Amino acid sequence: MHPAFSVIFLTTLIGVGQGLFLAIFTGQSYSAVELLPLEDSVQFYGTGAMIALLFLTAGLIASVFHLGHPERAWRAASRWRTSWLSREVIALPLVMALVLIFGLMHYFGWDTVLFTSKTGARLQLTLIVGTLGAIATFALFLCTGMIYAAIKFLQEWSSPLTVINYLLLGTMSGFTLATAFASYAAPDLTHFFGIWTTIITFAAFLSRSASLIRNARIKFKSSMQTALGIRHTQIQQKSMGFMGGSVNTRDFFHHKTRLFMRSIKWLFLVLVFPLPLFFLWVGMETGNGATLLTAFIIQYIGLLAERWLFFAQANHPQNLYYQTV
Amino acid sequence: MTQLALVIDLNVCVGCHACVTSCKEWNTSGPAGFMSDDNPYGPAPTGTFFNRVQTYEVGEFPNTETVHFPKSCLHCEDPPCVPVCPTGASYKREEDGIVLVDYDKCIGCRYCSWACPYGVREIDEHQKVMKKCTLCVDRIYDESLPEAERKPACVLSCPTSARMFGDVHDPQSAVSIAIREEGGYALMPEWGTKPSNHYLPRRKTRMHIHEDELIRADNPLKKEQREHAAPVEAPTLDDSTSW
Ligand code: SF4
Ligand code: SF4
Repeated sequence: MHPAFSVIFLTTLIGVGQGLFLAIFTGQSYSAVELLPLEDSVQFYGTGAMIALLFLTAGLIASVFHLGHPERAWRAASRWRTSWLSREVIALPLVMALVLIFGLMHYFGWDTVLFTSKTGARLQLTLIVGTLGAIATFALFLCTGMIYAAIKFLQEWSSPLTVINYLLLGTMSGFTLATAFASYAAPDLTHFFGIWTTIITFAAFLSRSASLIRNARIKFKSSMQTALGIRHTQIQQKSMGFMGGSVNTRDFFHHKTRLFMRSIKWLFLVLVFPLPLFFLWVGMETGNGATLLTAFIIQYIGLLAERWLFFAQANHPQNLYYQTV
Repeated sequence: MTQLALVIDLNVCVGCHACVTSCKEWNTSGPAGFMSDDNPYGPAPTGTFFNRVQTYEVGEFPNTETVHFPKSCLHCEDPPCVPVCPTGASYKREEDGIVLVDYDKCIGCRYCSWACPYGVREIDEHQKVMKKCTLCVDRIYDESLPEAERKPACVLSCPTSARMFGDVHDPQSAVSIAIREEGGYALMPEWGTKPSNHYLPRRKTRMHIHEDELIRADNPLKKEQREHAAPVEAPTLDDSTSW
């Protein structure tokens, strides 16, 4: 497929936003059962949720550039029964709304303790909103992944690994940002987030590598023979029926060399996994926020390359019909 | 139920592109508005088409065969492009099985074109909506046209009659008979889309001539009888008895 920048930015930006929100919420859940100290609502939970919202909004804006008629986008919520894209169109604003409410409640201190258990665990109102937000966030990861995994003839995408990768890569980038954010807003949480980031990064590395290996060995079900219905081992296209190209030649192929593809693969493997982990470790040891922020920025750039390859690697069977001018 | 569709005879198509031009002409002048056509005479023409004719070479020189291959939306019975549409702009009509796009609802997200394995949906780069073959839905029911002309423009224009149009669910229709008796097949059956359009394969008409048809011989029914030892060139018994 041709990697469209609007979709690359959409998926990576909302991934960061979702991951950051999950991280903030995890922090609060731990403190509710007193595994972590409770942080300052305004500084940490409130501001953190707003930063997450910023990323989600930026993703939404990027998605608008993908549409031919954004003014009709509201219609896209109507087919949620059959279309994962429609479900995503519902889930994204839902996540944004819940993150906004969660942030505002912390910011303005609209919170009460609903229930305190004998052991001292407190159930706060914000925790309930946060739980709903976390469920919506997971649903959004599922929708985003399924948009791609549901097209069965895009065999590189048609696998549960696609959904798992979206989940893990998004959460990973959000946790990296949370670590950097914590070093400024709540230094005693830096290590907590740093360790989680490391764990999720390893998991993401495993699942993304698994999908790379799977894609390298894929056996395509469609061939020239099934596309034309002619039983012969040698079939060559002599003309695709037009000279100057069309949507079919522009939208479904990346027009890059194999070498370029391979370089992008190694580039993202380095930029997304080992390099940020190194900066993360240095940042955690020295407690330097700028180093942690560098880890996040490097990882985000790596994720752009990762998403580019995700699209470029998918071979659409329609390309069988568009090979020679 | 009715399922309108095309049957394209690859044995007959000569690759003249008459269907491509008549399709574009009819549909660009239709009520749905123009179909993009940029730099038509420039070095890199591009635009929206519902129908394309491609050419393939099968085999290796000198044993090759040229196949001209017209391709448009196949109006699948189980179209993967329809359920993925988030707006409901893409739909399949109950009454005749035609798959259509409502240009007033489409948001131009291109997801349906990703979900069609055949590459027959093309986004119009000026109107920013998804376009595809409508089976000339604005022609085939038009009662102001003479009955014989209520067919898709491509079918009418084909100079070799390689394109047939009809209801593939009616077992007695000409298209169903052609599919049944001439070996009609569907493209990429592996995806379970059940395309309604079918293709008729290349067929060779071969004459088999056996040696005894070239060389005169006695009536084979009497083979077990003892034969006269006579050269084949000499008049045979049949020559004198069978007139
Ligand atoms: S050929 Fe493609 S566009 Fe047409 S109905 Fe089938 S899947 Fe949809
Ligand atoms: S491009 Fe239009 S018809 Fe296709 S899926 Fe999007 S809204 Fe539906």
